[in-house]
Amino acid sequence: MDNIKMRAKLSGDTTEVKMIMNHPMETGRKKDDFGQLIPAYFIQLVTAKLNDKIVLEMQWGTGISKNPYLTFYLKGAALNDKISVDWVDSLGKTGSGEIMVVAA
Amino acid sequence: MQRRDFLKIVSGALLALILQPIGVLAAVWNKAAFEAVKINDAKNNLTIGQETPSKDIDIVAPDRAENGAIVQVEITSRIPNTEAISVLVENNPTALIGHFVFSNGALPQLVTRIKMADTSDIKVIVKAGNSYFSATKNVVVLENGCG
Repeated sequence: MDNIKMRAKLSGDTTEVKMIMNHPMETGRKKDDFGQLIPAYFIQLVTAKLNDKIVLEMQWGTGISKNPYLTFYLKGAALNDKISVDWVDSLGKTGSGEIMVVAA
Repeated sequence: MQRRDFLKIVSGALLALILQPIGVLAAVWNKAAFEAVKINDAKNNLTIGQETPSKDIDIVAPDRAENGAIVQVEITSRIPNTEAISVLVENNPTALIGHFVFSNGALPQLVTRIKMADTSDIKVIVKAGNSYFSATKNVVVLENGCG
């Protein structure tokens, strides 16, 4: 499932990686139009890799906003290197995305 | 020793052996930490030790947030050998927002958007070696973002 919008820009020796994931991040405390609680449903684990080497491991709770947004920074990446991201949510569903590093 | 007890001990040891590599290879979601209501309970579940307030952690967030559903936060640690950053909000229904572990050239700096139920401090805890450092930033929230 390719559902992460990503961008990776190299400037000097630092690569800025930005991403937006498509996910409702339901807390389990919100009610629908019929007054029924919407069950919790949120991304729990996210792993970012540079050319298949882990650079950032994240655990998230329901406090990350809907359609999660993240920027992180990386040293040691070169132009055309691959940055990939995988997530797993509380229902075991997964998402992923990858992007090549470009010049800023 | 009863045979039953012996089997219990042996099977427990075997289970620990089987479970250990999983913990090393892939992060496991820390259910207890994320379900904790209070910061101290979340900290204990993350095995975060006594932390020292530090001026080398920057938290950039709005002083006032119209809508607590989306509060953008930028966190930077200038503490050498920062390995992990934990983000907590004291007055949320559950305090722990996220736990970020850096390796292989990732800089201890990130921007993300979080939910805030009410006016509260955002607390950031940095792990560097066996030491922990923290900083806080208060955000006035006008509309509950945790519904």
